[in-house]
This record gives sequence, structure tokens and C-alpha cells, in this order.
Amino acid sequence: MTQVKMTVNGKTMSGDVEGRTLLAQFLRDDQGLTGTHIGCDTSQCGACVVHVNGEAVKSCTMFAIEADGAEVATIEGQANADGSLNVIQQAFQDHHGLQCGFCTPGMVMSAAALLKDNPKPTEAEVRHYLDGNICRCTGYHNIVKAIMAASGQDVSAIAAE
Amino acid sequence: MYNFDIAKPTTIADAVQALTADEAQPLSGGQTLIPTLKARLAMPSTLVSLHAIDEMKGVCMDDEGRLCIGGATTHATVMKEAEAHYPGLASLAARIGDPAVRNRGTIGGSIANNDPSACYPAGALGSGATICTNSREIAADDYFLGMFETALEEGEIVTEVKFPVPEKAHYEKFIQPASRFPLVAVFVAKFADGVRVAVTGASNNGVFRWTEAETALSSNFSADAVSNLKASADDMISDLHGSAEYRAHLIGVMTKRAVAAMS
Repeated sequence: MTQVKMTVNGKTMSGDVEGRTLLAQFLRDDQGLTGTHIGCDTSQCGACVVHVNGEAVKSCTMFAIEADGAEVATIEGQANADGSLNVIQQAFQDHHGLQCGFCTPGMVMSAAALLKDNPKPTEAEVRHYLDGNICRCTGYHNIVKAIMAASGQDVSAIAAE
Repeated sequence: MYNFDIAKPTTIADAVQALTADEAQPLSGGQTLIPTLKARLAMPSTLVSLHAIDEMKGVCMDDEGRLCIGGATTHATVMKEAEAHYPGLASLAARIGDPAVRNRGTIGGSIANNDPSACYPAGALGSGATICTNSREIAADDYFLGMFETALEEGEIVTEVKFPVPEKAHYEKFIQPASRFPLVAVFVAKFADGVRVAVTGASNNGVFRWTEAETALSSNFSADAVSNLKASADDMISDLHGSAEYRAHLIGVMTKRAVAAMS
């Protein structure tokens, strides 16, 4: 076992892990942060997206040891300090951007990464950026709408059929 | 996954040393290797992570005007930092996988794995790049030996890839909709002294140069020059996603589109 220590949502967290322990497992099983979901476990679905040193990564396809010393952000750290939903989360609620909710943590983390680099994305850019996030309810239209709304853009013209 | 140790060297020399251990294997971005380990298709005793080796990261131009990319540089970094120097290659990097995969996956990992459907082998072979390792430099023409086969020796690490920058280049990819890997993709690079055409996703022997198209395009760089050329279906991959004949047909279509995009 190897000891790893990282900052998760601003708090220092440490634990003993095996070489094969995935970052997603460390967050969920060792730290109890079960908001990060494991969907496909093959780096395709994106339910496990977290930020490592500010970059979106699939935490099921990175070892916990590789994140030793890193700054990690998960869905649990996304809400505002007073506990209210942040602008992206609120937009997902307002625009019905989730159905079963399983993909939502990854969708929100990917959306946050997109909006950090591209604060006013076009609809096409949002859809392209979500290439690696799969919604098994196929609720993509409202997810795209929510992300566009979170960026402060008018979404009345976006298809929602 | 079987268990293993992870070593995190910070220099190339230390990584080479760590790789001399029995059943040690390099780990770059892990975007292919980790799924492979999960499927229990590999059983290393030690994974030597290349992620903390700063001397293997970054994008720069050398004195000969070549674009030099460190082996541990991610696709996302190439996408951003190569854009000003070699937009055709930056565009290839920008279309690998998805954003989260591009933040981890590296050029060295892709070149070392030589997946028959990977994007970077086409960019490297199509550019006539030089693959630099901890012990030598290998021309791309001598490096890619077949499906998942390269000239790399046991324990040898791709430390850098040097790309001559063409006048123009374009990567045209027809994606397999489920995996988003190329079903067939073609990288066309026009240099002052000729044109190189590299094809990925199509052949049982991995990435290859389509020399007939290179000859035709070197004398007449237009989509018409290749409109009557047909790639041979011999040795093409044939699976449920496409027959050998279909892939051979796509090679012509992708080549034409790549040239048309540059005209």
C-alpha cells in the first residue's frame, strides 16, 4: 500500500491505496464521496468526470497514485458556500437537464470545464464538448439547454423536442 | 485488475532504470493501458508512470524548423500549443477521443502503442516525423512495423516526436460511431518536395503510406488527381463495422476530402 494525499474540494484527504486503485474508487470508497459515479468503467460514459489540477479527467481511467499531491474537484464541491446550487447546477434544475440523474455529476463537471475555457459556447460547441459524456436517458437537448443557460445565453430558440 | 506497483520517476534516466525491473511497463496517459489492465490483458509487476517527467513535456520549434513534442505531452496541450506552428497536426490532436481523454492521453503513449486505428501514427508517418527515444532517433518510415508493433525495444521510451512542418496538411477522419476511433482516416501533408499520404484504421498491418496517391498528388495537388485511384482491398481490416472493400473505398474518399479541404 502507498499513502496518497490530495486536496479534494479544498480539503486535504489522504489514504492508503494499492497501485491499481483508481481515483474514482479512492474518492468513492475511501473518502465516501459517492457523487462521482462509475457508469461504464471503460472511460466512455463520463459519469466519473472530476477535475484534477483544473482539468476534466475520467477518474475511472486514472490511478489514485497519479493524483497524489493534486488539487481535485468533484461534484460535492460545486455548490455555493451557502449550500445553494451553483449556476450550472441551478440551470440543470431549471431546464430539466436530468432525468434519472446518473450522468449528471459528470455532465456538470464537464460543463464547468467547458465554461471555464469558453464562457459563451455555441450550441454546436456544447454538443461537441459533451462527446465523452453519455446520458442513458438520452436527455441531451435539455442538458445542452441548461449549459447554454448557465453561460448566460438565451435558450428560447434551442430545440427541446 | 491484477495488482502492481506504480513508480513515479521524475527524469528519463530514472524511468529507464525503473523499466529494467522484471515485468515493468511504462504508463503514460493510461487512456488505453488502464482499460487494457481492467480487462486483464496485461499483468505488469510495476507500472512506470511517465507523467512526472517534466523534460518529456511541452511543444517547441527546433533550429531546423521542426515542431518538437515531448512524449508525455497531452493531446489537449498539442491542440493548443501546436496550433500556431502546425495547424494540421493540432487539428488531429483536437479530435482524438473526447476532452477528458485529451487531458490525459499523450502522443508518446499513442505512438508507442500503435493501435491500427489511432490518429497520431497517421500524423507522424504522414509528416515524415522522427521518433526520439531515450537511446536513439528513428524515422517514422522505419518505426511503425505493424498492428501494435513498433521498432521500440523492451524498456525503450518515446521521449519526443519531431515533425517537419509541411506547407499544408489536413487530417480527414471517418469515425466509427461507437468507439469514435477512425474507421478510416487519412493524413495528407504537402511539402515543397512532395506529398505524403498516411492511412490509419484500414490495414491489418496498421498505419501505412498510400504511395500511388502520393505520386499522383506530388505532380498535381488536386482532388481530381486522386479521383480515379483505388486503394487495394488486400490486407484491409474486415469486421462488423466495415468490409475490406468498404475501407479501401473510404481511403479514396477521405484522401479526396483531405485534399479538397486544402484547396
